[in-house]
Amino acid sequence: MSAGVELDHITVRFGEFTAVDNATLDIKGGEFFSFLGPSGCGKTTILRTVSGFLEPSEGTVRIAGQDMRGIGPNKRPTALIFQNLALFPLMSVAENITYGLRVRGVGKADRRKKADELLELIALPGQGDKLVSELSGGQKQRVAIARALAVQPQVLLLDEPLSALDLKLRQHMRNELRAIQQLVGITFIYITHDQGEALTMSDRIAVMSDGVIQQVADGKSVYDDPKTAFVASFVGENNAFAGTVTRADGDYAVVETAFGPLRGRNSHGLRPGGRAILFIRPESARLSAGPSDATFSSKVKNVAFEGNMSHVFLEGIGKKDVTVTVGRQDGAAIPGQDEIAAISYDPNLGLVLPEGKMARE
Amino acid sequence: MSSRAFVFIIPVIIIAIFWAMAKIEYRNNNDPTRKGYFERNGKVLGIAFIVLVAFWTLFLVGLPYLYMIVESFHPQLPPSKRGGPDDILTIAQYQSFVLSKHTEGINWLHISSLGFTIFVSIVVTALNFCICYPLAYYMAQAGAPQKVRLLMLCLIVPYWVNEILRAFSLRLLLASKGLINQVLMWSGFTDVPIDFLGNNTGLYVGLSYAYLLVMMFPLYNAIESLDKNQIEAARDLGAPWWRIHKDVVIPYAKPGIASGCTMVFMLSAGSLAAPQFLGGPRMLWFTAIIYDFFFQNFNWARGAAYAFILLAVCIALVMLLLRLFKVSLGETIR
Repeated sequence: MSAGVELDHITVRFGEFTAVDNATLDIKGGEFFSFLGPSGCGKTTILRTVSGFLEPSEGTVRIAGQDMRGIGPNKRPTALIFQNLALFPLMSVAENITYGLRVRGVGKADRRKKADELLELIALPGQGDKLVSELSGGQKQRVAIARALAVQPQVLLLDEPLSALDLKLRQHMRNELRAIQQLVGITFIYITHDQGEALTMSDRIAVMSDGVIQQVADGKSVYDDPKTAFVASFVGENNAFAGTVTRADGDYAVVETAFGPLRGRNSHGLRPGGRAILFIRPESARLSAGPSDATFSSKVKNVAFEGNMSHVFLEGIGKKDVTVTVGRQDGAAIPGQDEIAAISYDPNLGLVLPEGKMARE
Repeated sequence: MSSRAFVFIIPVIIIAIFWAMAKIEYRNNNDPTRKGYFERNGKVLGIAFIVLVAFWTLFLVGLPYLYMIVESFHPQLPPSKRGGPDDILTIAQYQSFVLSKHTEGINWLHISSLGFTIFVSIVVTALNFCICYPLAYYMAQAGAPQKVRLLMLCLIVPYWVNEILRAFSLRLLLASKGLINQVLMWSGFTDVPIDFLGNNTGLYVGLSYAYLLVMMFPLYNAIESLDKNQIEAARDLGAPWWRIHKDVVIPYAKPGIASGCTMVFMLSAGSLAAPQFLGGPRMLWFTAIIYDFFFQNFNWARGAAYAFILLAVCIALVMLLLRLFKVSLGETIR
């Protein structure tokens, strides 16, 4: 059974510091939901609030419609997977997995049966008698998942569980986590600072910064249609051009940037005179001339060849380079170093957003 | 050959064993890149190290005990007769612990004194564990750093006060007209003063207090290194607080617990001052008997024998308990 999680105007304060500021969210039952943000953005605080290790200073957490105030973590229908997994080193794999059942007074035979069942699920059959220290990183990961699933939680909370793994294993575990979630069908709430993890696994993502939820949407919308400058700069690579809106007509706005007037989609309906940032993704830009208000030029600093694509870095404003990603099949000629290149883009793929806090580089 | 002379030959034998070991190591060492002991340290330093270590182990650690063991197997003799025909090896001193010389019966007085000493030491150890475990857990896992530092200071400062002063101030508190009895009588809890010193309450309190820190630090060290997430994981999986301690904290801290308990028990069983100042008039502490043999009766032989009996009983008990709780001796000194 899966349950939805509702955050109703949650605020969490530690003394003077506000870790989570007025977060309101409705996570549906059976959803794979991710909180994405840089470290210190309050995502772990939200997780601890849902799991019951923290009480919110204001607001209500509801799981399956039930107010969780005053209900401890050992009484909530949630299970948490810790960043360092926190497996019990003095217990065997099977004892780890069935610990939650043991404290619930489930008999030895039933525990053994459940352990075998879960070991099968996590593709470690017959390894129940091993010690945790004898397992590899990926295997420990799966044992932690099995231990959490053993208590049949309605919501599984995952606190950056893949961050300790190496890249290959991490990518493999993404698919595995997603598969397990679809198999057991319960709600997963996943915390990560890795946008790749959030984008590949999640049904929906909440992007957070400084304790504030910036945007809640599916991965594609977060990437293609970011609502704030933070989301645009944090999720995926983006070229940012700050300036003043000089013209706004229909769906488009023209921003006067250091590279001259540039046009983009005005999804926020900004008025002329307002400060704005135009975002152009590296893969949306081309190394050729286009319409005059969607073309500018700059000097090539260097080119990074990555096999299936090349990144061309051009002089930008300040220290930040302008990046253009050229796919191999594009067949475009790649300019040499120190050449002046023309850069153009489809104005539909340029996005004008109100000025705001950017993600740190 | 006199048995006392034998004691002084043992060091020579030990040196010979060490020398042989070094020789064997040298011979088996076929790796040309590995440097020998003298190559690593130089001749002068190498010899100096060996002499210093040998002196320390033999003269400061080994010999006095060896001498005591040998002494305990001798009869009590006036100095003039030592080394004479009467100076024979005998187990009479050990026998006298079991069979009384005067009554020809079982020496209940001394046996019960040993039993009482061991019993009190076990109770004191248990008491200290019960006091220190919650404190150590709070300080290591739950407390805010500021409060923990203050608590630590409060624990350590009383130990700046010397033992005599501490013992006698406890006496003042516990005496029939002491502060505690006055408060109890004033509040109507009791009409006649409670004889805390006579009923050995003072003994338990004094001993527990004396070795509190000895229990505290190993416990604190052991619990402090436990990952907080382990506790939270257990809690998240539904464990009530007592199960978290039983399943996660105590198994993890077991070596520290064993180490603290061993030390408190050993020190308590061998303590001399606190039982003398705070014990009841009717109780007989075992180390007091040993003390009297050495300094009142000048019977070093019997004193030594009794001291080794105490040591053997304590070691046996500790080993038994370590075996029972499945802790290896090596773990306790981690």
